[in-house]
Amino acid sequence: MKNGYIIELKNVTKSFGNVNAVDGISFGVQPGEVVGLIGDNGAGKSTLIKILSGVHQPDSGQIIVRGAEVRNWNAARSRESGIETVYQDRALAPQQTITRNIFMGREIKNRFGVIKVKTQYEEANRLMRDIGFTSKVFDPDSPVATLSGGERQGVAIARALYFDADLIVLDEPTTALSLVETAKVFGFVQNVRDRGRSIIFIGHNIYHVYDIADRFVVLDRGKVVMTAGKGEIKSAEVLMKHMQEIAEMAHADAGLGDA
Amino acid sequence: MGFGARPSGQQQKARDEASGLIKWSRNNRRAITSTLFLIVMLIGFTLANPDVFSQFKTYRSVMIALPVSMFLVVPLVFVVTAGEIDLSFPSVVGLASYAFASIVDQGGDPLMGIATALIVGAALGYLNAILVVRIGLSALVATLGMNFFLRGLINIIVEGFSIAIPEIRGSFIHSLMTDDPIKIVDHLGIPNQMLWALAFTALGVFLYNRHSFGVRVHCVGDNPESAAEMGIDVNRTRTLVFVFTGIGAALAGVFSVMINFVWWPTTGDGLLLPVLAGLFVGGTPTWGGIGTVFGGAIGTSIVAFIETGVIAAGLTGFFTQFFYGLIIILSLIFQRFNGGRVR
Ligand SMILES: Nc1ncnc2c1ncn2[C@@H]1O[C@H](COP(=O)(O)OP(=O)(O)O)[C@@H](O)[C@H]1O
Ligand SMILES: [Mg+2]
Repeated sequence: MKNGYIIELKNVTKSFGNVNAVDGISFGVQPGEVVGLIGDNGAGKSTLIKILSGVHQPDSGQIIVRGAEVRNWNAARSRESGIETVYQDRALAPQQTITRNIFMGREIKNRFGVIKVKTQYEEANRLMRDIGFTSKVFDPDSPVATLSGGERQGVAIARALYFDADLIVLDEPTTALSLVETAKVFGFVQNVRDRGRSIIFIGHNIYHVYDIADRFVVLDRGKVVMTAGKGEIKSAEVLMKHMQEIAEMAHADAGLGDA
Repeated sequence: MGFGARPSGQQQKARDEASGLIKWSRNNRRAITSTLFLIVMLIGFTLANPDVFSQFKTYRSVMIALPVSMFLVVPLVFVVTAGEIDLSFPSVVGLASYAFASIVDQGGDPLMGIATALIVGAALGYLNAILVVRIGLSALVATLGMNFFLRGLINIIVEGFSIAIPEIRGSFIHSLMTDDPIKIVDHLGIPNQMLWALAFTALGVFLYNRHSFGVRVHCVGDNPESAAEMGIDVNRTRTLVFVFTGIGAALAGVFSVMINFVWWPTTGDGLLLPVLAGLFVGGTPTWGGIGTVFGGAIGTSIVAFIETGVIAAGLTGFFTQFFYGLIIILSLIFQRFNGGRVR
């Protein structure tokens, strides 16, 4: 690892029509760190991590994985190189079973493509119990559509944990979760960090992000407007204050634009 | 603490014991529904005309042509599960079997003819995929257009002439594939084409449920965005289902010509509605993500028995369509109990 980053983006841009969702971002994740990615709705957080996870192709810029620039980056390659993502939309297929969802895109199969159904079932069962998945939904053959929001998020997280990734990206993982479930998600994050893996945590709750992250990256309208280590920011209130300043700046800009 | 309350050990044990059969029937309820429907329908026909429906001959005569529909319905279940549709298969049957018949007619090796038909079928399936997956046309409209276009092409090429290939009779490949229907009266076996169609169905069931191709077809049809996010090549999966249908249509066409000894410019034309009816009657819903290959095979059997049953019950052929409609609607109502669309 030449530059010490698991994955690094250099000057990446991505626009949808005339929206510059990601507008020249350089950003990297080091082994073992927890990066808190914050910013207003529409700041470009999800788009940025979808470039990282290979779902979106950037319009320009470089993607460097473990020191080597990659071309034709896509979601399958990103997963193969140890990046697992829990998407904001959870990326589940509701009519399929929990097992199928956990192994979606990365089935346990032999070299002829025949799925080891029993192994998958047992692994899914074990995994769900490991993360405290019990009660009526303990059956890995249940369709995901029968699960509650928190349970669905559990499946999405279980999937990311299963593959023992070097980097786990969590896009607003606690949205719509109960307090207990939210605490549980933080437990996972702690766990992953303790095992020396890296995390990108996107959250709308600044206090949560402050508690969890070692480093903060703030996005505003497709650009990185602030990067700070936890040492530089004394408390969640200070981080909050920075966020407010950034929001005011945005307002002022919008005002100028109108004039 | 967890994502739900922990059940007691006892509750769980009871659940584990009961789960085997219940789970199996829950997971296969669409196929089970259509199978029960077929059985009830056959009992009804038997009550209406015990003479006809107690004879194996009746079933055998249905099994002569039924395989042609089965080679079509199996890949079509994949297409519909993937969230697509292919209405071009009747003409793909026609064009692929034209390739087969004309090669045999010109003295070519029948195996060579079959290989050519398969290539034609796969290529036409790929052409559909280009229109739908690459160019992004609506599958419904694009494949409907292809159906007319290819049938038109056939008519332009042959100008109304059919191709008879009586010479195929008695050849090794012909007896291997179809057994000679001339023997119906004195030889009451199951026609070979039925065995091939069953083997093809079994292969389809396996691919659909146990192979990563089939599983990805499910995921793509269920939620294409999620499938893409999890690294499934959605376009590739969609392309493969169209190619698979082309191959199924080629096999259907070859069997059709083998059974009839004649290729007509209309070969395949009459298959559109019965095969689609069988597909949906069998329990594959229209919205994608789920379906049943076995049910599809059962569904085409239901459709195939309707005509025989209506006539055997002493009604005129005028009633056939009426019963088609009635039975399709009834069976869909039964399938409705297996759950509506989720999401
Ligand atoms: N697939 C898409 N098509 C069109 N516009 C999009 C798409 N994804 C995101 N955008 C736009 O890009 C901008 C950034 O969105 P997003 O990355 O989701 O922000 P965030 O996750 O920070 O809320 C928004 O203006 C959003 O409307
Ligand atoms: Mg977002």
